[in-house]
Amino acid sequence: MTVEYWRWKEYNWHDENIDPKAGSVLSAGCDVGSVSSQAVVMVDGGLYAYSNMRTGSDSPHSALDAMNWALEGTGLKIEDLHYVVGTGYGRVNVPFAHRAITEIACHARGANFMYGPSVRTILDMGGQDCKAIRCDHRGKVTNFLMNDKCAAGTGRGMEVFADLLSVSIEDVGDLSFDVEEEPEPVSSTCVVFAKSEAAGLLRQGWPKNLVLAAYCNAMAHRVVTLLERLGVEKEFAITGGIAKNIGVVRRLEKELGLTGLKSDYDTQIAGALGAALFAGALYEKQQAKK
Amino acid sequence: MITAGMDLGSKFIKIVIMNDGDVIARAKMLSGFEQEVTASEALSEALSKAGLQSGDIERLTATGVGRSIAPFAHDRLTEVGAAARGAIARLPETRTVIDVGAEEGRAILITPDGHVKDFAINEKCAAGSGTFTEAMARALELDIVEFGRLSLQSDKAVPMNAQCAVFAESEVVSLLHARTPKQDISRAVHDAIASRIVSMARRVSVEREVMIIGGMAYNVGFIASMKRALEMELIVPDDPDYVPAEGAAWAAHDKLVGMEKTELKER
Repeated sequence: MTVEYWRWKEYNWHDENIDPKAGSVLSAGCDVGSVSSQAVVMVDGGLYAYSNMRTGSDSPHSALDAMNWALEGTGLKIEDLHYVVGTGYGRVNVPFAHRAITEIACHARGANFMYGPSVRTILDMGGQDCKAIRCDHRGKVTNFLMNDKCAAGTGRGMEVFADLLSVSIEDVGDLSFDVEEEPEPVSSTCVVFAKSEAAGLLRQGWPKNLVLAAYCNAMAHRVVTLLERLGVEKEFAITGGIAKNIGVVRRLEKELGLTGLKSDYDTQIAGALGAALFAGALYEKQQAKK
Repeated sequence: MITAGMDLGSKFIKIVIMNDGDVIARAKMLSGFEQEVTASEALSEALSKAGLQSGDIERLTATGVGRSIAPFAHDRLTEVGAAARGAIARLPETRTVIDVGAEEGRAILITPDGHVKDFAINEKCAAGSGTFTEAMARALELDIVEFGRLSLQSDKAVPMNAQCAVFAESEVVSLLHARTPKQDISRAVHDAIASRIVSMARRVSVEREVMIIGGMAYNVGFIASMKRALEMELIVPDDPDYVPAEGAAWAAHDKLVGMEKTELKER
């Protein structure tokens, strides 16, 4: 079997110290992205369980799989959830959702929860898009810019490189710093052309790590241009899968001259978490009307 | 008068040897990683086909993305200049040249007296280049020629949402999963490339006659999509990928006879 280096690990988690049956509001969010899907379950406004997995070719299925996996071992079933909000690229295809809300709104809301009310600029680096979002102290979106047309600056671009260089996607960041000198960024914008450029560099005898560094640099530069067009206001935070890649994160922080906020939460669940927060608020509103 | 033109493209190196404007020999080789070596090999091959020695070439002009590395060239000419000169030599009525190669696309507007009036280039993005088609053919596990031909069998326009070649590959896989017939996917891909190129060409305006050159002009599916998108007939010359190399050889010729149509850069 051939090794697929781009394949990142899927996982689920739940808090053993919480008894969900004792909670009065069970809200959930499901973020069906183009590359990965996440489900988040909250009990009375606190994070209880989540999962992160790859999106299959069928988004209703992916949504169901992600939610069932988040609920695995919790004793809860999807029917037990009071309110579910779907978000992400496949948000209209979440069969058990009560509502769909855009991922921009959900990311801002999720980041507000994860990083606190001081966060004003969020860079979400996802699988097939990259968004720069500005928000207020309540996590309400004030402006945003998005690239969803081009793979440069997205997780998919990084997967292509991990595969080309036979490096596990999780190791890219660390390895990219194992170089003697920081290289110039890869000059091609297009991932397809960058790939042939990288093949040329390898042929010239560049070590793998140096090529990785050059690509991380290029990706950092690419998203910094997006951020600068929107205007960066402190505090700043990065979410999405690429937020876990220090090779890109540190380089873009350096170019920006700004350090991103750190959080104990998983950066990939920001969208689903925001959706779950919306779900909680919507449920309470619904109950109040009754 | 023997002149030569060499086009050092991102994928192929093409060379043409001319005698008073008549092509007497040509050669084409994969550029590979050592373009300089390939360039010399291509030159030797063309010379031997023509039965000439390297000293017989009075002037050689290089063009293409790798033009700076051809050590034996007397002059260098931009891709735009070479494509325009070559197209005019093939058909003097040409006013618009659309040149689609492996990694670049160009649209060039020519004045009636053969000068470049305006042009647009895409060299940043693989969508709208030959590489895009190759990647899609690979995703469908089809030979590139077959892939182009298959497109003609489709009578259904399936939209492609992805613009990016990387994203389009996943989209093609999803279309396959959804059991979309391969000919419809092929047409969707060619329509997508054509639409990118036509929107670039419209920025400089499209005037008749329109000649389409470069390696992509061999692709019958792409040509059909271009005709649909432009809603006009196109001139597709024989050996369309040699046109810029011929243009370079013509430029060398023009220089020798003191009638320069294009601006040459001295080495």
